[in-house]
Amino acid sequence: MTLAEILAGLFPQGHSVSVRDGLVTGGGAFADGTLHVVGVDGDTPLGVDGALVLSRAVLDAVRAGDRAPILVVVDSDSQRMSRRDELLGLNECLAHLAKALLLADRSGHPTIGLIYGHSAAGAFIATALATRVLAALPGANPSVMDLPSVAKVTKLPLDKLQEMAKSTPVFAPGIDNMVATGAVHVVLDPAKPLDGQIRDLITNLQPGDDRDRLGEERGGRPVARGISAAVIAQAGRG
Amino acid sequence: MESLTFRHTTKKPLPGSVPNAITGVVASGNLEILLERVLPPDACEVAIETPIAGYGAVWEAVVADFVARAQPGGLRISINDGGARPDTVSLRLLQGARLMEA
Amino acid sequence: MAGAHAASTDPDALSWYEATARQRVVALADPGSFREFLPPTERRMSPHLPLFDLPRAFDDGIVVGRAKLDGKTVLVAAQEGRFMGGAFGEIHGAKLVGLLRAALTLKPAAALILFDTGGVRLQEANAGETAIAETMRAIVDVRAAGIPVIGLIGGRAGCYGGGGLIAGTCSRLAVSEGGRISVSGPEVIETNKGAEEFDSRDRALVWRTMGGKHRRLIGGADAFCADSVSAFREAALDLIGRAPAFDLATLEAEQARLESRLARFGDCRDATDVWARLGVNDPDAVPAMDTRAFDETVARVREADHDAR
Repeated sequence: MTLAEILAGLFPQGHSVSVRDGLVTGGGAFADGTLHVVGVDGDTPLGVDGALVLSRAVLDAVRAGDRAPILVVVDSDSQRMSRRDELLGLNECLAHLAKALLLADRSGHPTIGLIYGHSAAGAFIATALATRVLAALPGANPSVMDLPSVAKVTKLPLDKLQEMAKSTPVFAPGIDNMVATGAVHVVLDPAKPLDGQIRDLITNLQPGDDRDRLGEERGGRPVARGISAAVIAQAGRG
Repeated sequence: MESLTFRHTTKKPLPGSVPNAITGVVASGNLEILLERVLPPDACEVAIETPIAGYGAVWEAVVADFVARAQPGGLRISINDGGARPDTVSLRLLQGARLMEA
Repeated sequence: MAGAHAASTDPDALSWYEATARQRVVALADPGSFREFLPPTERRMSPHLPLFDLPRAFDDGIVVGRAKLDGKTVLVAAQEGRFMGGAFGEIHGAKLVGLLRAALTLKPAAALILFDTGGVRLQEANAGETAIAETMRAIVDVRAAGIPVIGLIGGRAGCYGGGGLIAGTCSRLAVSEGGRISVSGPEVIETNKGAEEFDSRDRALVWRTMGGKHRRLIGGADAFCADSVSAFREAALDLIGRAPAFDLATLEAEQARLESRLARFGDCRDATDVWARLGVNDPDAVPAMDTRAFDETVARVREADHDAR
C-alpha cells in the first residue's frame, strides 16, 4: 500500500496531509474529530532536520490540547548516517521526537504507529516504536540490520544465518519477527477499510506497555517479561 | 561451545565465609569466574563453558594446579570463558579464591 | 539475594574508563550499600547466544540493583562494555526495563544508568531494539513521576545506537572525555557512506565529533567529569538536584534549543567550527585541555547550560 492509498482510505472526505522531503505532516477529519498524521515516506533516512520537523508537529498538536489521535506513518530508511548529523546531536533529536510522541500519549492523544514500508534502527525507535500501539500493513519490512550486514558483523556465513532465521525470530529482519517479539501489535487487513481498523485500535488501546507480554505469548521474546518481572519483585523485597 | 567439568577432593575447606564472588569479564582473551560456597568442605567443582574446543587437557592441568595451591574446599566454581590464556585463567582463579577468603 | 562480592576499590583512584561495570557500581555507591537484583548466582543468561556459538555472561552484561548515594536510595544499572560491546540483548534490556518500572513503585531519589554500549546486540536484534523502545517509555514514565533519571557516560564502548537515544531521554547526563555519544558509530558511517564521509580510523575526528567535550559544549550533556568514579559520583549528586520536569514546557524548550542549534551550526563541517562559533577562543586547544581548563571554557559558553531535555 502506498501513502496515498492509506490516506485515501483514512480520509474519504479529504485531508491536509502533505509530504515534503519525505516528511509527512498534516491531518484530516476522522470519526467525530481530527486525526493528526506525522511520519516518514519513501524510504527516507531520518536526520536531525527531519526529526525536529516531526517533533514540532507533534508538540503543536499537544499544545492545541485537542487530545486527537496521532497516526505515525512509517516507510523510512534507518537514521541518516552522516558526520553532520552526529556532529549536531542526532541522538538528542531522535530522542526528542520519541519523547514528544510519548508526551502526546501521556497528554491524552492516542498514538498509533503504522508501518507500511521499510524502517530500521534509530529511525524506527524514534517514530513507530515510540507509539502506544504499532500496526503494520502486509509487505512492511522493519529491520534492525539486513542479513548480509549481520553476516559481516557476526562472521557467520549468510546461508547459515538464513537457515537460523527460519526458526529464530529474535534476530532476523522482517515483519513476522517484529510481530513475534511484540514490537508490532497487529498486522492489518488491506482488504478491509483502513479507517475502521484504525478506529478499532484507538477504541481498544491498552494502558501501559504490553510489548513484553506479547513477545512472551508469541514466542519471539521468550524471557524478557519474566526477567523484568523478577527485577521488580526483587526490588520490592525491602 | 564446549562444556567441561572437573571435580576434586581437597584436604581442607577454603577459609573465610563469603558466600559467593565474581571476578573478570567475558571478553576476548578474558573470562568471568563465579565462586559459590555451596559444596561439602572437602569438595571442589569447576565447570567451564568455552567457545574454543579441544583444550580439555590444558584446562584440566590449570584447574588441578589451582586446587593444589588454593585448597578451595566447599566451592563450586563456574567459568564463562572468552578465550583466555592459561596464565590469565590461573590468575583469575586465585583472585576469585582471595575474594572468597575476605 | 545479596549480590556477588566484587573487589572494592578507592573511588578517587579508580578510572571509570578502565573499571568494570560491577566495580563502577560498587565504588559509586555509599560503601557496602549496593544490593544486586538477579545477581550472577541466578545465572540468568542469554538463551540466544549459544545458537551463535558465543559465550554468555552470568549477568548478560548488565548489573542492576539498589544502592545508597549520600544516604538516599537510588536504583542503578551499569552496562559492561567489554561483554558483547555492552549491547542490548533480550535479558540485558529486560533487566533495565524492569529496574525502571520498579522505580515507579519504589520511588527512589533517582535512577542512574551507567551507559557503556554499542547499541543493539545483533544476535538478538529484534529483542534488543524492542527493549530500547520499552526503556525509553519507562524512562518517560519515571521522569513524569518526578524521579530524575541520570545517565553517566565514560566507558570504553561509549554510548552508541539505541543507547544514544536512551541517553537523550534521560533527565540529565554526565560525560567524561572518554565518553562518546552518537547514534551511528564511526565504522557504521564509514561502511555505509565511505571514508570520505567519515574516516573511522581518524580517532581525533571521532573524539571531536562524538566525544564528551563536544557534547558538553553544545549542551548535549550537562556535566563534564574527570575520569574517576568519585568525579562521576559528585556529578550524579549534583545533577539529581537539578533535573528538569518531563512536561510540555520542557519539550518546547528542548525543541527551541535544538532548532537554534541547527540554525547556528547547521553549516559547520567540523566540531572546531562549532566551537569557534560558540566563542571558544582557541578551538584547536580544546581536545588537549585538562578538566579544569575545559570547565572554565564551558563556563563562558551559553549553549552548554541551555539544557532543556
